Amino acid sequence: MPDPVALVLLIPIGAAALLAVLPGYRLTSRLSVLASLLTLVAASSLFVVERSGPGRYLFVDDLNIVFIVLNTFVAFTTSIFSATYISHELESGKLTLNYLRFYHAMYQVLIFAMNLALVANNIGLIWVAIELATLTTVLMVGIYRTHEALEAAWKYFILGSVGIALALFGTILVYMAARPVIGEGSDAMIWTVLIEHVAAFDSSLLNVAFVFLLLGYGTKVGLAPLHAWLPDAHAEGPTPISAVLSGLLLNVALYALLRFKMLLAGNEGAIAPGPMLVTMGLTSLIFASFMLYRRADVKRLFAYSSIEHMGIMAFAFGLGGPLANFAGLLHMVMHSLTKSAIFFAVGHIAQVKGSQKIADIGGLTVTHPWLGWGLVLGVVAIAGLPPLGIFMSEFLIVSSTIAREPLLAIPLVLGLMVAFGALLMRLNGLAFGEPRGSSAPANASYVPMFAHLVLVCVAGVYLPAPLVAWFRHVASLLG
Amino acid sequence: MNSLVFEIAHMLAASLVLISFVQLYQDRLYALLNTFALHSLALACSVAWQAYIQDAPHLYVTAAIALVFKAIVIPVVLHRIIQRLKIHREIETVVGIGLTMLAGIALVALSMVVMLRVTGGADPLARQDLAFALAVILLGLLLMVSRRNAVGQVVGFMSLENGLVLAATGAKGMPLVVEISVAFSILIAFIVIGIFLFRIRERFDTVDMQVLDRYRGERL
Repeated sequence: MPDPVALVLLIPIGAAALLAVLPGYRLTSRLSVLASLLTLVAASSLFVVERSGPGRYLFVDDLNIVFIVLNTFVAFTTSIFSATYISHELESGKLTLNYLRFYHAMYQVLIFAMNLALVANNIGLIWVAIELATLTTVLMVGIYRTHEALEAAWKYFILGSVGIALALFGTILVYMAARPVIGEGSDAMIWTVLIEHVAAFDSSLLNVAFVFLLLGYGTKVGLAPLHAWLPDAHAEGPTPISAVLSGLLLNVALYALLRFKMLLAGNEGAIAPGPMLVTMGLTSLIFASFMLYRRADVKRLFAYSSIEHMGIMAFAFGLGGPLANFAGLLHMVMHSLTKSAIFFAVGHIAQVKGSQKIADIGGLTVTHPWLGWGLVLGVVAIAGLPPLGIFMSEFLIVSSTIAREPLLAIPLVLGLMVAFGALLMRLNGLAFGEPRGSSAPANASYVPMFAHLVLVCVAGVYLPAPLVAWFRHVASLLG
Repeated sequence: MNSLVFEIAHMLAASLVLISFVQLYQDRLYALLNTFALHSLALACSVAWQAYIQDAPHLYVTAAIALVFKAIVIPVVLHRIIQRLKIHREIETVVGIGLTMLAGIALVALSMVVMLRVTGGADPLARQDLAFALAVILLGLLLMVSRRNAVGQVVGFMSLENGLVLAATGAKGMPLVVEISVAFSILIAFIVIGIFLFRIRERFDTVDMQVLDRYRGERL
């Protein structure tokens, strides 16, 4: 049987090559779904297949397996959503057949790049993979070629490239720190070798390296004040890409940061990376929660909500310790599922109403009950109401903060409450009240959206014991 | 280490910082492109010298990429794009040249202080290289934020990237340097194609919020 790690990479890249040449949009969108499903199966098999030891370039451990499975799962459901969404764009004349082919091929390249970043055992390879993911998303954000889309793509491109450049400088510095201990050559870039020897590294060099890595990958995570690209890229690109950006790509960048955080934690003399993450996380949370109030565009609204939630995760991981790490991981999974479900709903809603402006959308629960109630459920979940999954993870984060750093709980709870108010206020206008905009029936795929929402609801009341044990184990790895 | 070898490496790396300063006060696009070509030429010399003293033949590939792609092809293509798209030849700066130069001096001082202090354990050549590389990177960032023109920003990004290649080649024995310089070349090619396809004209600015507000869909 072939190695599942290789399959997780080979299926998307093979599918991308195939999709780039095949004609016909029905065939290509089905093929894209099939390829994503196969990737998900290969990724899930990582749980059962016996692992070989870490390779020079690729490896799987208990930490990245969680990210890979989440990544491939959301990629699969998004590919189902893409199929209906994109065929509607074709019918409405927003995209031509050639762009459609390009879209599906690039979607698979994006999945490949994200999976590569997650399984890479080489800090240089992680960097290359995240750069590739950035490039593909830039192309997808600009796919409509309207003035706004091109502006958003250009802004994302320049800010993303600067971030990527700073991350590379940080990577070089890590190599410089490792070279005197491990020796010259590629060994000094292999993560598993680095973590073994990190105690002997020059800590001042590691400190400077982490600052650059935090600024670089932090730009990609969308942490304030480096988030400027994020709302534009979410609002102007196709909605499936907004779902993948929020649900997955931000996580991948956060994963890279966590890897380097683990590295620093292994060196006694190095600064603690936690307080930096906590500060940036809280800044993002507070900033984004206030920004939620004045949004006029529905996709932008949820983009700011993503900044807010990435802030919460960075805060939780920065706080560290078994409980906060556990809560951070849970929050990451719940946020990915909920936010992509919301974007699935928003995508169809914007197509039906022909507008993304909040002012043009209203009374959805009357005109489109399925989409409307789906959106209500999603927003209620993302706002953190019990008994849904995000309530649980936020509750764990807040309670562990109160137990360990009571003063930090004040800004944290403030940010959560402010965001809660903003989201419910906007939801009220969108879902209830006088119907506004077109009430034509929607040609929507409800399965991906409700599959995510059901998972989030179930996770709020019941988490299977093996999953809890796994997360607990991973949380202890994160230190 | 042979002191002459060291001095030459030092001089080449320092010349990159110097040319970065020259870029800072250019107010015409063509002149900016010419100085960028010179910047890349200096990088190519520096990388080739590193390849020679480290006895690392693969670095010659990186040097060749810098010479052919960045010192010749990109400036020529950008020249043509400026002509074709009739972009304004003059560059609007955000703040005055004098202030930008002062900020540049401060950034170079900062990078010297930071890098020389933290790299105490490394060999002197790598230390100097890293300090110069950080200076080039920061000056590239300064160039990007102080220009209101897409081509100016791209040149800023490319000189930033030259600083990264300098850092990567200075880190002795670093793997993937060639691959990374190829990856960056692809990135730059994308940007240049982007300018052409997107027909981004002057006054197109990514950090100027006033201009962007128009397109942000934020007006209630």
